[in-house]
Amino acid sequence: MGRTLIDLIHIEKSFDGEMVIDDLNLSIPENAFLTLLGPSGCGKTTTLRIIGGFERADKGKVVFDGEDISDVPPNKRNLNTVFQKYALFPHMNIAENIAFGLKIKNKSKAYIDDKVKYALKLVNLDGYENRDVDSLSGGQQQRIAIARAIVNEPKVLLLDEPLGALDLKLRQDMQYELIRLKNELGITFIYVTHDQEEALTMSDTIVVMNQGYIQQMGTPEQIYNEPNCAFVADFIGESNIIPAVMVKDELVEIFGARFACVDRGFGNNKPVDAVIRPEDIDLVEPEKGTLVGRVTHVIFKGVHYEMEVTTPDGYEWLVHSTDLSPVGKEVGITVDPFDIQIMNKPVSEDEEAIGVNE
Amino acid sequence: MNNFLSKIKSRKILVFPYVFWILGFTVVPLILIVIYGLTDKNGVLTFENITSMGTYEHMKALILSLLLSLISTLICLLLAYPLALILKKRGAGAGRFIVFIFVLPMWMNFLLRTLAWQTLLEKNGIINGILSLFTLPGIAVINTNYAIILGMVYNFLPFMVLPIYNVLVKIDDNVVNAARDLGASRRQTFFHILLPLSIPGIVSGITMVFVPALTTFVISNILGGAKILLIGNVIEQEFTRGSGWHLGAGLSLVMMVFIFISMALIAKYDSQEGRTF
Amino acid sequence: MKIGILKRLEKIFGDFYLALILIFLYAPILVMVVLSFNSSKSRTRWGGFTWQWYTQLFSSSMIMDAFKNTVIIALLSSIIASIIGTAAAIALNDMKKLPKSMLMGATSIPMLNADIVTGISLMLAFISFGISLGFKTVLVSHITFNIPYVILSVLPKLKKTSRYTYEAALDLGAGPLKAFFAVVFPDIFPGILSGFLLAFTMSLDDFIITHFTKGAGINTLSTLIYSEVRKGIKPSMYALSSIIFLVVLILLLITNFAPNINKVHKNTKIKGMR
Repeated sequence: MGRTLIDLIHIEKSFDGEMVIDDLNLSIPENAFLTLLGPSGCGKTTTLRIIGGFERADKGKVVFDGEDISDVPPNKRNLNTVFQKYALFPHMNIAENIAFGLKIKNKSKAYIDDKVKYALKLVNLDGYENRDVDSLSGGQQQRIAIARAIVNEPKVLLLDEPLGALDLKLRQDMQYELIRLKNELGITFIYVTHDQEEALTMSDTIVVMNQGYIQQMGTPEQIYNEPNCAFVADFIGESNIIPAVMVKDELVEIFGARFACVDRGFGNNKPVDAVIRPEDIDLVEPEKGTLVGRVTHVIFKGVHYEMEVTTPDGYEWLVHSTDLSPVGKEVGITVDPFDIQIMNKPVSEDEEAIGVNE
Repeated sequence: MNNFLSKIKSRKILVFPYVFWILGFTVVPLILIVIYGLTDKNGVLTFENITSMGTYEHMKALILSLLLSLISTLICLLLAYPLALILKKRGAGAGRFIVFIFVLPMWMNFLLRTLAWQTLLEKNGIINGILSLFTLPGIAVINTNYAIILGMVYNFLPFMVLPIYNVLVKIDDNVVNAARDLGASRRQTFFHILLPLSIPGIVSGITMVFVPALTTFVISNILGGAKILLIGNVIEQEFTRGSGWHLGAGLSLVMMVFIFISMALIAKYDSQEGRTF
Repeated sequence: MKIGILKRLEKIFGDFYLALILIFLYAPILVMVVLSFNSSKSRTRWGGFTWQWYTQLFSSSMIMDAFKNTVIIALLSSIIASIIGTAAAIALNDMKKLPKSMLMGATSIPMLNADIVTGISLMLAFISFGISLGFKTVLVSHITFNIPYVILSVLPKLKKTSRYTYEAALDLGAGPLKAFFAVVFPDIFPGILSGFLLAFTMSLDDFIITHFTKGAGINTLSTLIYSEVRKGIKPSMYALSSIIFLVVLILLLITNFAPNINKVHKNTKIKGMR
């Protein structure tokens, strides 16, 4: 990854006495596609607004390209934002919307016309110059909002849940569109969403936030395969989080059955949590299983079946598989060693919220 | 019978009382103004009542009315816009506050409120009393055009504030943020974004202030003494003092046409500039 | 920290400006309340504190009659306007574009037209049809200018009311009337209430239209005050206004804790008294 472009240092922010961001430190490398991911109220949008200059942090500073910009108003920052629900100017047509930033900077008319044309082409809306904002669909308005931001050639594009108002199919198309744009423009994207699938699809770096803290930061693969706490494991995709005991390195005991795993350094006979993704569980003949259970529930999901397997101790395992095991069937459960992720048990609720940066 | 019942179900019948009411008490009376305005005492068609607007004293009253109402409308706009902006920035609670402070005075009779300004402005009135306490020179505005303007601004300010506030609160904060994000300074954001987007509110505020100010006879009567005649005073006197109903109706007709033309012009401007709403 | 200081300055300036406007709006009201306790009849000299105008108020039949007329007319006209207006709004909501826009145009006439023209036109109509001016002509006139407020308050609520709830009620066996009162009415009631309150306020504060349509035998508070302007206002009038003001202030403070009622004025254009 490239050099650091934006540095958030000890950022704190509260609204009406309620802490929204608590001592947040984050380095954003140049040319990253970085996603701030978390449930609503986790502080991700506020973080974005602090970078954009719409909120001022109570404490800490924002360093951009080696320069402290904490007190620089948004119009003097070399970054642009794509807002939630687009925030297009309703009294201007499409060309005027896109040209707004350039007109403010007193660019020549020829230059502006050129740029508007180029930007519209970039977002696949050539020829829409004279249309009204109202006459455009949500997806088209979204593209205009992006075009309006990128004509200013910002070093960083901030995107605040830009796809939230679109329907599923359009959202998926726009994800690919955004990846393409990012590659064509070669600038840094900072993206805010609560949709984990969106985050996994597009980003090269994901920052999972919860209650104003950063829980985990890493590549999509790291976040998905090696969640460092129950919150991340649960938030990113579905998982089985099972109380277990680490017998010794590379061996974990779950409900009395011993599973081989790849984790080391947890000590001997230590209570831990084991995280197993539903698609990583293989259902086999009962005699071949490490554990034995009975299928109690099946839903057909299209790509796969979602099954619930209850083991004698009462735990309900969530299993995804393309092979159907009907309700009532006795099955064996096996898991490959590298599909088991071991986590320390949270000591207190407080610790559950504090993440470890990888 | 069946047909009739299905008509009831279609609910359209509910509009009938209102249609009768409009015809009887809005349309017919307006037609009567036209008839009175275009006839003399003997019922003969004449344009004298209309053309008498062109006489010196009527013209003088009309021009003075126009002048004073335009000035008060402008002052209302200049006072109300910053007020509405401040209230928008104060967030949701401000909406309740604004209704509170502007609707409450309406329950104290507006004649009394205007009379109270007499007490405040008089030569030996309260304001001059306060000024003399600080050995400042007194003001002599009572019974002048200035007092009338003050009375108009005082009475009609709420009707400028409310519509402007209502359009301003509907503007998405992110639209303003977007302008800042794209490099606009606070001034540029105001002139390029907020102002154009609030034109519909400004327009309806202007009509709601300008029309009553133009046609008032009470404010000029109370704060202007009996000396200053506005067009409203002229018309009122034709009806209450003299028996010049035909003349009064003729002048009202001219005024009404004048109001509706300016309204149409404003509406046209509104639909061109404010296509946002 | 530059931004922080700027923000605080802006807030201070805003508070200052709000305070100035408040003083401007309420100075005359304060004057009236003070005058209601002034034992001197002069409007500009303080003669000492007295309750006498308050006690005299209740024995002044002229003021009490005018007060009674004002309240009865305001109440009756806003109730009748609410009924006619709500019915009209329900029908308007169902109508096709052309007749609807024609009726809406007619609805806006009394709101846009100058009160003096409305008053004169009504007076000419009453006299032309041989109706003698009095209580009933004032009432009819007030209903006329009140209906538009009700319609404009109710229509937006109706637009937001889902027709499916009405159809669901029909589907579940309710007759049209029952379905209306069971599901539609509760939905639009806030709109009706706000229209009613607005109409009541406007009627209470009206002078000009009453002035032209009242004839000789009857007075409301407004017209009584106007007739006294030249010879001097009886201080009991200040006392009555102060009492009304206090009651409304208390009512508004109470309703401020019940948030719905205040949405009223946001949806509705308010036209002033002239």
